Order: sequence, then structure tokens, then C-alpha cells
Amino acid sequence: MSTAQGLNLTLKVWRQKNNKDKGQMETYQVTDISPDSSFLEMMDILNEQLVGEGKEPVAFDHDCREGICGTCSMFINGEAHGPGREITTCQLHMREFKNGETIYIEPWRAKAFPVVKDLVVDRGAFDRIMAAGGFISVNTSGNTQDANALPIPKYDADRAMDAATCIGCGACVASCKNSSAMLFVSAKVSQFALLPQGKVEAAERVQKMVKVMDEEGFGNCSNTGACEVECPKGISLENIARMNREFIKAGAASEHSS
Amino acid sequence: MSWFKQTWNSSIGRKFAMALSALFLIIFLLQHFLINFTSVISEKTFNEISHFMGKNVLVQFVMQPILIFGVIFHFVMGFILEVKNRNARQVKYAMNKGEANSSWVSRNMIYSGLVILFFLGLHFYDFWIPEIAHKYIEFKPENPNRYFGELVHKFADPVRVGIYALSFVFLALHLLHGFASAFQSSGINHRKYSPMIKKLGKLYAIAIPAGFIFIAVFHYLNQH
Repeated sequence: MSTAQGLNLTLKVWRQKNNKDKGQMETYQVTDISPDSSFLEMMDILNEQLVGEGKEPVAFDHDCREGICGTCSMFINGEAHGPGREITTCQLHMREFKNGETIYIEPWRAKAFPVVKDLVVDRGAFDRIMAAGGFISVNTSGNTQDANALPIPKYDADRAMDAATCIGCGACVASCKNSSAMLFVSAKVSQFALLPQGKVEAAERVQKMVKVMDEEGFGNCSNTGACEVECPKGISLENIARMNREFIKAGAASEHSS
Repeated sequence: MSWFKQTWNSSIGRKFAMALSALFLIIFLLQHFLINFTSVISEKTFNEISHFMGKNVLVQFVMQPILIFGVIFHFVMGFILEVKNRNARQVKYAMNKGEANSSWVSRNMIYSGLVILFFLGLHFYDFWIPEIAHKYIEFKPENPNRYFGELVHKFADPVRVGIYALSFVFLALHLLHGFASAFQSSGINHRKYSPMIKKLGKLYAIAIPAGFIFIAVFHYLNQH
């Protein structure tokens, strides 16, 4: 049990009734917050306080609360998932903040991620990109070949696994000054393109996924590297370069267009 | 959709085209610097090379139009991408700590680019338009020794040298991000070579603009 002093904080929270509402920042005070509590627990305390006052609680996304589902979002004090590296908001603890501090809490900002309510945004654009090509076509007749029958260099397997750790949280889009989704899409392209099972449909996949990415209204990558820094899973910019290679190669060499 | 349109009209295609024009301009800038630098070493060599560049058919009617196209393309595409990127976030953050995750130069390429565009306007007014008028409108008799004097004359005014130097500082800022970024956009990112490309980019971004400033200051001081 920690004996650290509780934190008194001023919260500036984005409130928006629905997708049609214009929305605005509201100011709240929370007192005696344990430095050991997580940021989401602090939000729970705020909501209990608001409910007690007869006010509408702040809507925010959360699910596993252990950094693997990618559901919790929030742009905290000017950074996706707040200060700290390779963490999601549920892994952010209040000890990162000082007593008396003002904390800005905003939703992911991107045209492709419309606000549903308060801090909740619709990340369906990522699902539609995945549906366009983020899979491999496998015969499920019952005679599926054992994946281990295919020899794969350890280096390639590791790179594919690194890319596959992307949890699709959208921090890359939120952090990018251009709201580009290229780190996400490139991770999904790479996790397949690096493995023999994924190479079969590699050209078609990258073309289809990039097409949907562009249609959804994400911006263009200008290589600032903000996405890589803010990514809770440390997805590397190498993936974006790989996607660029795959896409240019597909455009130049493939005999069909998607 | 044709493969050509699908590839080049996409976000990645545009970035690749932007990167290719950038790499072309980087190579052009190096040769421009090397030629200008001969003016510091030898008036005769500078005049000889300048005369060759000014009279050679390949340089004048093939390379020059490609260069002008490359410059215009880079600027126009830069603006198109900037407008598209701004449009991708219609509601801005109340607090956005860009400095926590990215460099100032990478976030402000449009502004360093605008200063360079302003400088190019001045450069065209100063050099290119009089040069074209001299050769193709007024058809003045060619003097193979006129180039050095013309160059030195441009650097007589301290205000002009100041604007010139400041513009090259912005070019350095643009290149500090742009050099390595052009490789990344082209898909060239390799654990073995990328650290070297980044170092080379920093060296180029500082050395070449500093070299141009040195040439300007050298000729200014020689006249005063």
C-alpha cells in the first residue's frame, strides 16, 4: 500500500453529445487521486463524481485494461496515450502527473475517426481496411497444411511477429500531424508480406488496403516519425518503407488492377 | 482503374513521386554547388564551365526543362499534399505536443519550403530571366568571360548576401528532414544502410548550404 500523497488535479475534458454536436472542452476538479491508480481508474473516479452530481458521465473506450486490446484511446496532454512510451492509456499511471497539474483529455482527432461521443471515436475505418486485404486465403477443407512444414528464417519470423503486435489502437493516426494511417496499414501489410503464406496475395493485398486507406480520408505520411514514438507496441517505420516497396512493386509488376 | 492511375494517384504513389523529385533536386544542388565553388578557386575555370553549361544543347534543351519541371512538380505536389493532410484533421487538438515525438524540421517542411520558393523567385529574377533574355530574346553576342563578373556583381550588396544566406539556412532545415525522408518514401530503409543515409543526409544538409553561403560571403568580402 502506497503512502504517497493523493493528487488534486484540474481536468480539461472534451465533451460532445453525439456526432452532430459541435462539442467543447469542460473543466472538472478531482481530488485525492492515488498516484498508484491508472489513468482509466482516475476517469472512473471522475465519472462516479459526475453521476453523484447528477451529470452525464464522460464516455470513453476501454476493455481489457492490460494493454493488449487497443480499445482505450485518449489524447492526454498533447500525446496519444499521454506521456510515457510503449504504453496504452490503461497502462498509464497517475504517478506520471504532478499535484495541482492541469490535464487535457481529448479524443483521437482525424476526419477518418469521427467522434461518436465525448472521447469515443469510430475506428471502423481500420476494420474496413482489414476487410479489404488484411488476411490470407486458407483452404479450410480439413487438409490444411501445418504451418510448421514451411521453413521460415528466424529473422523474417521475428520481423513478422513485431509487425503483428500492432493492436490497431489508432495512436499512429492520432499522433501524426497529417492523420496518416500508414504505420497501421504497413504493419498489417508487413506481417503477411514477410511470410511465405502471405506472399501469395501480397501484391493484391497492398493495393486493396492502400486503396481503402485513401478512400477513408487518412492523410499522407511525411515521415515525421511521431507514430513510431507514440505507438504502444513500438511498430517501426521500417514497415512503412516495406509497404511503399510492396505497393510500388505491385503497381509496376502485377498484371491486374484491383 | 488503370494500374498507372491507381499507383501514381494513391497516397504512396504521390509520396514516391515527391521523393523522386527530391532526390533529383538533391543531385542537381550538388552539381550547382560544385560549379559555383570553382568561382572561389579560379575565375577561368568558372567561366569555362558556365560557358559550357550555357551553350551546351543537351544542358539547355534537355536538362534545363527537366530541372524546371522537377522544381515546379516538387512545389505543386508539396502544396497538394499539404492541403490534403490538413483536410485529414478538421478539428485541431486543444493541446498537441508535437515536439515530444518529432523534430521541428519534419513538422514544418511547408514553411521551410515556402522560404525556398521565395528565394527561387528571387533567383529566377536575378539570374534565369536575364540569362534567357540575353541568349534567346536579345541575342546578344556571346562573351565566354562574362559569367564570373556577373556572379561577383550579385554579391556586392550586403542586403542581397543576407537574404541569400538566410534562404540557405532554410534550405538546410528543409534538407535535414528531406534528405533521409526521400529515401524512406522510396522504400529504402535497411538496418545496415539507413543509419549511414541519415548521417550522410545531415552532412549534406549542413555542408552544401554552408558552402553556398561561403561562396556569397567570399565574393562579398573580396569586393569590400
